[in-house]
Amino acid sequence: MNSDERVYVIGEDILDPYGGAFKVTQGLSTAFPERTITTPVSEAGIIGIATGMALRGLRPVIEIMFGDFLTLGADQVINHLTKFRYMYNDRVCVPLVIRTPMGGRRGYGPTHSQTLEKIFIGSPGLRVLAPSTLIDPGELLIKAILMDDDPVLFIENKIMYSRMVQNKDEWNDFKITSIVRESKSITKEEKKTDLELLTDDYAPAIHLTIRDAPAPSVTIATYGHMADLCRMAVLELAYEHEIFVDIVVFTQLSPFWINPILDSVNLTNKLLVVEEGTKTLGWGAEIIARITEIMGPELRSAARLAAKDLPIPASIPLEEMVLPGVDDIIRSIKKMV
Amino acid sequence: MKDRSKFRTDQISNENGVELYRSMFRIRRFEETVLNEFSSGHFYGTTHTYLGQEANAVGVLSNIESGDIVVSNHRSHGHFLAYGGDMRELFAELMGKPSGVCGGRGGSQHLHWNNFYSNGVLGGTAPIATGMALAESFKDSNSITISFLGDGALGEGILYESFNMASLWNAPILFVLENNRIAQTTPIELNLAGNIVDRFSAFDIHSQELDTSDVLLIQSKSHQAISIIRETRKPQAIILNTYRFGPHSKGDDTRPEEALTKLRETRDPLLLQAERLNERKKEQVEKEVNLEVSHAFQQALSEPEPSGFRSD
Repeated sequence: MNSDERVYVIGEDILDPYGGAFKVTQGLSTAFPERTITTPVSEAGIIGIATGMALRGLRPVIEIMFGDFLTLGADQVINHLTKFRYMYNDRVCVPLVIRTPMGGRRGYGPTHSQTLEKIFIGSPGLRVLAPSTLIDPGELLIKAILMDDDPVLFIENKIMYSRMVQNKDEWNDFKITSIVRESKSITKEEKKTDLELLTDDYAPAIHLTIRDAPAPSVTIATYGHMADLCRMAVLELAYEHEIFVDIVVFTQLSPFWINPILDSVNLTNKLLVVEEGTKTLGWGAEIIARITEIMGPELRSAARLAAKDLPIPASIPLEEMVLPGVDDIIRSIKKMV
Repeated sequence: MKDRSKFRTDQISNENGVELYRSMFRIRRFEETVLNEFSSGHFYGTTHTYLGQEANAVGVLSNIESGDIVVSNHRSHGHFLAYGGDMRELFAELMGKPSGVCGGRGGSQHLHWNNFYSNGVLGGTAPIATGMALAESFKDSNSITISFLGDGALGEGILYESFNMASLWNAPILFVLENNRIAQTTPIELNLAGNIVDRFSAFDIHSQELDTSDVLLIQSKSHQAISIIRETRKPQAIILNTYRFGPHSKGDDTRPEEALTKLRETRDPLLLQAERLNERKKEQVEKEVNLEVSHAFQQALSEPEPSGFRSD
């Protein structure tokens, strides 16, 4: 907001001293009172208003208090803001970011704990980002706000608000590779006739492999907070069971790009996908489908670990039974090797 | 987009009257051509024509200035042409051609040119128009935004979210509510409780209500509203009770033919305005427009079809 006067922050209860339900916007209304707008409880309306602002040259950032409430603005996302650039023949852009917390493990119950990005990741014209603790979420958010001319849905797993960004230099256990898609650098003129929107990527996938270990036997694909749980499971598998597993942590869920896991799966021929959303018809299913298309019979084994196809119960013990945990990951891997 | 609102002398007044007639007649002929030619297979998909409502777009948009923004709905051809959009490009867009307004990607309901935007989901454009008006305010520009809505959109909750925020945050916007008293096939008596004025006054948005097909009256009343918005930078509304002479889209009119015939005799904005014109002038305008429409249609027809997507 300091570097670009076009940036506005819009959302419910975001003013100081409260600073938003999860305190992400704390201090903004004091520093930028004219560009921090607290709103009525009107998720659809504020997404639409931000879209209008973006179409007229501003760069609004919307906070939706709980990701569960994104459904209230689904028409604005699906029929409006993601459509404009394409259906207006690339003569407009909609540079806005919708930030929202998803995820459970806080006992908030069926309508405040869901992982709903699967509803939006198949929507063309929308970039869906989900940071993990392996990258700096703030840095990624700044890129999305200032550099991306297209709409971004920025998924913040609410359990991560209390976690520190990992200092990767202190990780002696893992060799870490960052994988970024190279920009195709197409000219604007070419883009006009290009089917594929949003080709310039900036969200890295992180490839973790156990250092100085034998070749890995399984590849895990995951994102968001599940990356932390996978890392714990993989360390336990290595130290307690001498099973070595690669993890590829995606940051960009949509537009979909399979390449970050190709090298690893080509080596292991075994793939486990781990996500916090419900299992059926989800992100993991797409990963496995793509890998199957690419590898055919070379892929020896694939499995999905995800939330049960149920609403999230409020009771913490019940919630734990619905959401995938570290033990589930260990069990799944052991079944595959 | 010219400022035609100040008719101080008879001459200017006459010129204004002729141009308003021309603008309405262009929309009438365009829409008739679309409906007539749909069966010949030149157009894709569906369409919603503006027949009978021409005075609304023409009257209101005769007051706008360059830089003002127009946000339209599914029934957008009349708004687009009255705004100054190119007729040949609109034909081409309906034909799905690369030379169309949006290269054939948008079609009838999804148009954008200059500061004109339309989309086909009822009510969904209201917050976007409000956001545009606010953005212009934040940028200290003098532009105002015109948001066209139909009575059908009154059933959408997002409209009331938009009215609330437009009023709360002083958006310089004119909501033009075209009440043609029928939503697709459902008459307003079956889908609307209360009245429309109260819907605006509940949010402290001042509105005027007109029941007329007179383009001059619509022009002068909307001029008042727009002047107030320019001065106060606050929202206003104008409710235009109107009649749709054609079907909702194509061939889906369930109203009795006699009722439509009566409407065409009593509420036709073109007949009303034609009476004010010199007969020779009127014929000249009609001849020019007929030629323009037929040229635009033929030219659009001769333009190439999409040649496929570029592959990497």
